[in-house]
Amino acid sequence: MFRNVAELVSLAEQKQVKIAEIMIQQEVEVTGLSREDIIAKMDNNLQVMEQAVERGLQGVKSQTGLTGGDAVLLQNYIKSGKALSGPLLLDAVSKAMATNEVNAAMGVICATPTAGSAGVVPGTLFAVKEQLNPTRQDMIEYLFTAAAFGFVIANNATVAGAAGGCQAEVGSAAGMAAASIVEMAGGTPKQAAEAMAISLKNMLGLVCDPVAGLVEVPCVKRNAMGASNALTAADMALAGITSRIPADEVIAAMYAIGQTMPSSLRETGEGGLAATPTGRRLEAEIFGQPKPKLKDYLV
Amino acid sequence: MKYRSAFDIIGPVMIGPSSSHTAGAARIGRVARNLFEKQPKRVVISLYGSFAKTYKGHGTDLALVAGLLDFDTFDERIRDSLAIAEKAGMEVVFRPEEAVPDHPNTVKLKLYDDDSEMEVVGISIGGGTIEIKEINSFQLKLSGDPAILVFHQDRFGVISFVTSVLSKYEINIGHMEVARKEKGETAIMIIEVDQRIDEDVLEELRKLSNVNRVIKIVD
Repeated sequence: MFRNVAELVSLAEQKQVKIAEIMIQQEVEVTGLSREDIIAKMDNNLQVMEQAVERGLQGVKSQTGLTGGDAVLLQNYIKSGKALSGPLLLDAVSKAMATNEVNAAMGVICATPTAGSAGVVPGTLFAVKEQLNPTRQDMIEYLFTAAAFGFVIANNATVAGAAGGCQAEVGSAAGMAAASIVEMAGGTPKQAAEAMAISLKNMLGLVCDPVAGLVEVPCVKRNAMGASNALTAADMALAGITSRIPADEVIAAMYAIGQTMPSSLRETGEGGLAATPTGRRLEAEIFGQPKPKLKDYLV
Repeated sequence: MKYRSAFDIIGPVMIGPSSSHTAGAARIGRVARNLFEKQPKRVVISLYGSFAKTYKGHGTDLALVAGLLDFDTFDERIRDSLAIAEKAGMEVVFRPEEAVPDHPNTVKLKLYDDDSEMEVVGISIGGGTIEIKEINSFQLKLSGDPAILVFHQDRFGVISFVTSVLSKYEINIGHMEVARKEKGETAIMIIEVDQRIDEDVLEELRKLSNVNRVIKIVD
């Protein structure tokens, strides 16, 4: 069983297989299930992701009305041909938001690694799919590659916003997606690890400060930026750029930063954007009970 | 290692909005119901930390009750679980607590019916993965994976009788833990197994002397 990114990369290099293959082999060992069953199970998760993106692209609204419809706005903008940052990147951003808009509307999604960060991995997958034309098997492998890196992060740090802030959720998701994009684009296991490191490094310190404690604001747009971060990091790694700080040390830093974050910035809805005047007003409108304001500006 | 499977990371398939506060909560509720072995008539739910602060926004309350009704994480009825519970005759009380827990996502469920009660403490550690930390004040660690719980008298030989039965049915033990509150009093065995446990195995375990209760926890 691999315990860290270094072991994961070296296993893949020794066996001369993809990271995805190492994850599949380990899953067979740990669960005792057949390879076919494991692939079928991941295929099922892939279908849930596809359906969530489709639903989000048709336009959804959450019960509070705080989120929904932005994925559609962005698709329309891409179609207008005026987009500055490139259609593939914006497609990933739109599809990441689509997933999280469905999540906020209490629709069915697949947590990757969490529900609040469920948009990044599928968002990037269904965008790069348009250019790389992967087989179904390649798409399933994309998810196993993401799982392998997420597995290392979850076991050595955390993927819970309540424990480590948004860097642990969208940060982890972006790192996972970056590695998967690299592998699908034909990069090496080492390059996948570099992409993960570059991506997660640039999410360090991100707090979890949901308005009214809801997985809506800023979560949907954090997934948008997570997808954009993942694609940029993947392209950087594929260009041969490496991270000066190794992936495992970036993960350790993320964990250490999470542990020193005040609880007001770890999914309590007490600090950050949640404590802004607008955040408090929205909270009062939704739950009808404004919280004490005095300490809001002290956190 | 806290996480063992690729599907702990890519998964679960669930109703939003939060894997820890919705899906994890549903799983804790379901394990509690499983442990209680029937639908409780009354449940007092104490919420701690982030659970206490944000349970309404995340649908943690809906999810816990859905789990107590034996619904899975992707069951669309989660959204209406409070009304379904009321119809089913299950009274639920929520208590957001001020006490600071060891883990930010902690919940204590007290389940009651006419002649029995049980207390279960669970934590949701991220991505929908959970741990049960306490059952009736026994400190333990249960992941929600398939397992057998044996409540027994703290006497010599009981563990060996139990494992002999499992060995007879060719059931392999992946992880085992024994806990007790006081020497010679009630104790508990938590046995995580690799194979499916059929009802006749449980029946045979229940017949052993000094064994008070045997519960199967399914995935």
